[in-house]
Amino acid sequence: MPFGNTHNNFKLNYKVEEEFPNLSKHNNHMAKVLTKEIYGKLRDKQTPSGYTLDDVIQTGVDNPGHPFIMTVGCVAGDEESYEVFKDLLDPIISDRHGGYKPTDKHKTDLNFENLKGGDDLDPNYVLSSRVRTGRSIKGFTLPPHNSRGERRAVEKLSVEALTSLDGEFKGKYYPLKSMTDAEQDQLINDHFLFDKPVSPLLTCAGMARDWPDARGIWHNDNKTFLVWVNEEDHLRVISMQQGGNMREVFRRFCVGLQKIEAIFKKHNHGFMWNEHLGYILTCPSNLGTGLRGGVHVKLPKLSTHPKFEEILTRLRLQKRGTGGVDTASVGGVFDISNADRLGSSEVDQVQLVVDGVKLMVEMEKKLEKGEAIDSMIPAQK
Amino acid sequence: MPFGNTHNQMKMKYTSEQEYPDLSKHNNHMAKVLTPAMYERLRSKQTPSGFTLDDVIQTGTGVDNPGHPFIMTVGCVAGDEETYEVFKELLDPVIQDRHGGYKPTDKHKTDLNPANLKGGDDLDSNYVLSSRVRTGRSVCGFCLPPHCSRGERRAVEKLSIEALASLTGDLKGKYYALKNMTDAEQQQLIDDHFLFDKPVSPLLLASGMGRDWPDARGIWHNDTKTFLVWVNEEDHLRVISMQKGGNMKEVFNRFCTGLTTTLFKDRGHAFMWNEHLGYILTCPSNLGTGLRAGVHVKLPNMSKNAKFEEVLKRLRLQKRGTGGVDTAAVGGVFDISNADRLGFSEVELVQMVVDGVKLLVEMEKKLEKGQSIDDLIPAQK
Repeated sequence: MPFGNTHNNFKLNYKVEEEFPNLSKHNNHMAKVLTKEIYGKLRDKQTPSGYTLDDVIQTGVDNPGHPFIMTVGCVAGDEESYEVFKDLLDPIISDRHGGYKPTDKHKTDLNFENLKGGDDLDPNYVLSSRVRTGRSIKGFTLPPHNSRGERRAVEKLSVEALTSLDGEFKGKYYPLKSMTDAEQDQLINDHFLFDKPVSPLLTCAGMARDWPDARGIWHNDNKTFLVWVNEEDHLRVISMQQGGNMREVFRRFCVGLQKIEAIFKKHNHGFMWNEHLGYILTCPSNLGTGLRGGVHVKLPKLSTHPKFEEILTRLRLQKRGTGGVDTASVGGVFDISNADRLGSSEVDQVQLVVDGVKLMVEMEKKLEKGEAIDSMIPAQK
Repeated sequence: MPFGNTHNQMKMKYTSEQEYPDLSKHNNHMAKVLTPAMYERLRSKQTPSGFTLDDVIQTGTGVDNPGHPFIMTVGCVAGDEETYEVFKELLDPVIQDRHGGYKPTDKHKTDLNPANLKGGDDLDSNYVLSSRVRTGRSVCGFCLPPHCSRGERRAVEKLSIEALASLTGDLKGKYYALKNMTDAEQQQLIDDHFLFDKPVSPLLLASGMGRDWPDARGIWHNDTKTFLVWVNEEDHLRVISMQKGGNMKEVFNRFCTGLTTTLFKDRGHAFMWNEHLGYILTCPSNLGTGLRAGVHVKLPNMSKNAKFEEVLKRLRLQKRGTGGVDTAAVGGVFDISNADRLGFSEVELVQMVVDGVKLLVEMEKKLEKGQSIDDLIPAQK
């Protein structure tokens, strides 16, 4: 977490060598990129809100690495972080997002009609479908850095925007700090409730400060559209339902997001976005679309096939356990989602999931019949 | 931990009401003292090193950690010597509540002359299993663990190693840096009960103690394993003298000698001390002497006596389990130590432990023989 020391006025009395973190045991994107030269160049800079280089990197210094995933090791505190500290963040973004260059432009496409198919994934295999993203609200600093006043203002604006929705989006807001036991149990049973972060990746980045002040969950009456307020980002927006109709999930996602954005814009607090990085979020790994579109799908045979990883790589997909990131699969059921976030649009990414999962289910069916899948192995997308 | 938000420059745009923390579920000294009006008066201030009010109170024990089931936590920490001055409006009442009515005008007495201790060399080792005295010290010219930069922390380590290397005779010893300890060294230090590990308690973590771990942290001990110094854990230095059995006098002798001969002053860096607060430490609970002198003592009968708590209180002692703070007693063996830190000298506090434990052991022996202890109950010290 960015701590008091990150604004310690005496640290500039010490030389770069004396202040440079020991990253010898570290394996994250920040540690691979940050040199003494970059540190020396950036260490006395700050964004207009006062976010410093040490704020950006503290979480990566404190968490040398994760056994399963290459973590990013840095977070933004505001929109300007990505500009003021571009010498550090551009190479990290390039490493993390497949060579994305500082001059590249990111395409946003939230027109669900551009998605082909996606309404017919076999529900005997595809148990549920889900699309999530994050959004940051202009004019406020981000969760690692925001003050209590800012966080409460984000909550207030969000609640206004969400409670004005109607039709399929009519719903209710549940603030964490005044939730009844009954409400809490229901939200847990619905798999909606988020709890105080315990992962040091998150706590060291400052997400848990002042918990549970100004945090809450909003969902529609149908329980198919859900918004988390002030967790890892200002907003996390989730559309989900049982079965394989990803098209419907994506439609609801796009429509809901655009309705919400229109309301925020009216209050002069649109979403943070620019044509290079797309949607600006706290973690550089979520830049671009911030989108993870995925299914829970039964692939007991395909997942034990030697080519499984290769197929996923070629389809630009990734697997997780059904508890989400950091978990293992149970009973041959996997969470399969898009691997990319930046450099392709929302429609592009959901299309990859729809087409890729369709193919994998076909492969699973072949393997069930004892047939080979060699002829179906796709080319690299 | 004081985070990036504690120096967030946008927060001053919000009113004091908007920024004031929700302390409605909190039970710690800070929460009892901090009013909205006080928050308003102090929120724009900072110490010369840049430590702010939000730094003081954010530390988990405060806003982020509502309270502890067993002990009334303090809920705030200092980032430097000046914190106690700049934020005296908050800290003086906290100190008063915590240290038995200690007033802003009171003077604290320091006495590290072991010759002034009467007795203490004859506690019955059939009951008193071990004796230990610990304190903390802060090195002038550096910020404290919640706020220090890596450069400062490393400088404290360097100075400490030099100062400790000058100790001779039975105090001669060796420094083990946490970051390059061998497995064998680590195992030995664990077996000796010397090794401290990365803090896991949220009270400590949220205060910023875990930052950059294990950089510039280490353990020094003498060859005979009776004098031990922790570098850069919760305070710049924690100094411990300990041995098996009941010879508290010898433990205290060694403690005083070791403390007064480590030559920080000669290197231009004395310990932080003033005549009002005594030794300045990170947590306000450790001001004054910072001293906890205690024994592990077998009191299976006494501890079940209805008057046990009352006797401890009158003797100005406290009990803990043998794992230290936050643990329970095992097999009738208790950790008994002085309850006070500020307003009494080191000699006075150790005298209370020596005299009090002697009395408790007498009571235990009486109870073993089935005799009453009513005539032994002491007056309030």
